[in-house]
Amino acid sequence: MHELGIVFYIIRDVKEAAREHGVEKVSAVVMNIGEVSTIVPEYLMDCWRWAADKEDLLRGAELRFHILPAVTYCQDCHAEYGTVAHGKKCPHCGSENTYLLRGNEVEIKEIEV
Amino acid sequence: MDSVKVIEIKKSVFASNEEDAARLRKELKDKGVFLLNLMSSPGSGKTTTLIRTIGLLKDKLRMAVMEADIDSDVDALKIKEATGIPSIQLHTGGMCHLDAEMTRQGLDNVPLENLDLVILENVGNLVCPAEFDTGSCKNAMILSVPEGHDKPQKYPLMFSICDVVVINKIDVLPYFDFDLEKCKEYIHMRNPKAQVIPICAKTGEGVEAFANWLLQEVNNWKN
Repeated sequence: MHELGIVFYIIRDVKEAAREHGVEKVSAVVMNIGEVSTIVPEYLMDCWRWAADKEDLLRGAELRFHILPAVTYCQDCHAEYGTVAHGKKCPHCGSENTYLLRGNEVEIKEIEV
Repeated sequence: MDSVKVIEIKKSVFASNEEDAARLRKELKDKGVFLLNLMSSPGSGKTTTLIRTIGLLKDKLRMAVMEADIDSDVDALKIKEATGIPSIQLHTGGMCHLDAEMTRQGLDNVPLENLDLVILENVGNLVCPAEFDTGSCKNAMILSVPEGHDKPQKYPLMFSICDVVVINKIDVLPYFDFDLEKCKEYIHMRNPKAQVIPICAKTGEGVEAFANWLLQEVNNWKN
């Protein structure tokens, strides 16, 4: 549901980067999206098309994703494991004393001009 | 076009908002105004809790309320009628949350120089508001008994960013399978430092504890 807000943030940051680099037309924006970032790529895509086509800089520009796997760290047995498969509970020792190492990213990786 | 040039950016899309939020917090600190971001699901009793809380603090603090909703001004009117304090309505234009820039635009319409406390009633939603730092000094949320004690497990981010979790509608505890101790355990699993305050906004039970927490935080902020 917050994808529209995220799209506005992406557009703001891309506009700023385009200004810095003297770019007048962006053909693609590539994102890094963590598996547990709560972003739904399909929704992001719909919002992107609607909002990006209103901007001269971004009209027709593609939005692409790299999905980054989520990894959780167990503080009791010091193992790392896949967050999506096992959640908060460590599959090695059963502890819930764990925290997310990565997989929460919502970042602009690069733009193609 | 046959040649594509790639410009690396590698920047979190939340970074700019977080910078805006930090700037706003600093300005509020300089002005001696405390901003509370109050979040919850729709229908958890935010507005009723606020009316009770404002009633208890009215003689001690100069306050205003900013109501954020997708549409309508029923909440702002309700607060103004019930408490007499300044209350403005923000419309998010379909957006499910407020960010620091929207909060700043709201604050531009509030007489900050005459205030100690501004309460921002965020859009009713346990997902999106947790992602966006509004620039508030503290975050609070209300979870109501009918929603169930498992909510901290389902919406971990919301519970992990809140300084206080108010549990509302405790008067209906006998009619629901809501386990207060389990709920506290789940909250503290996500956020060991969160204070949990059970209340009933309808009868006023427990609201004083929340009001006292708020008063203490405002005084700490101003010193």
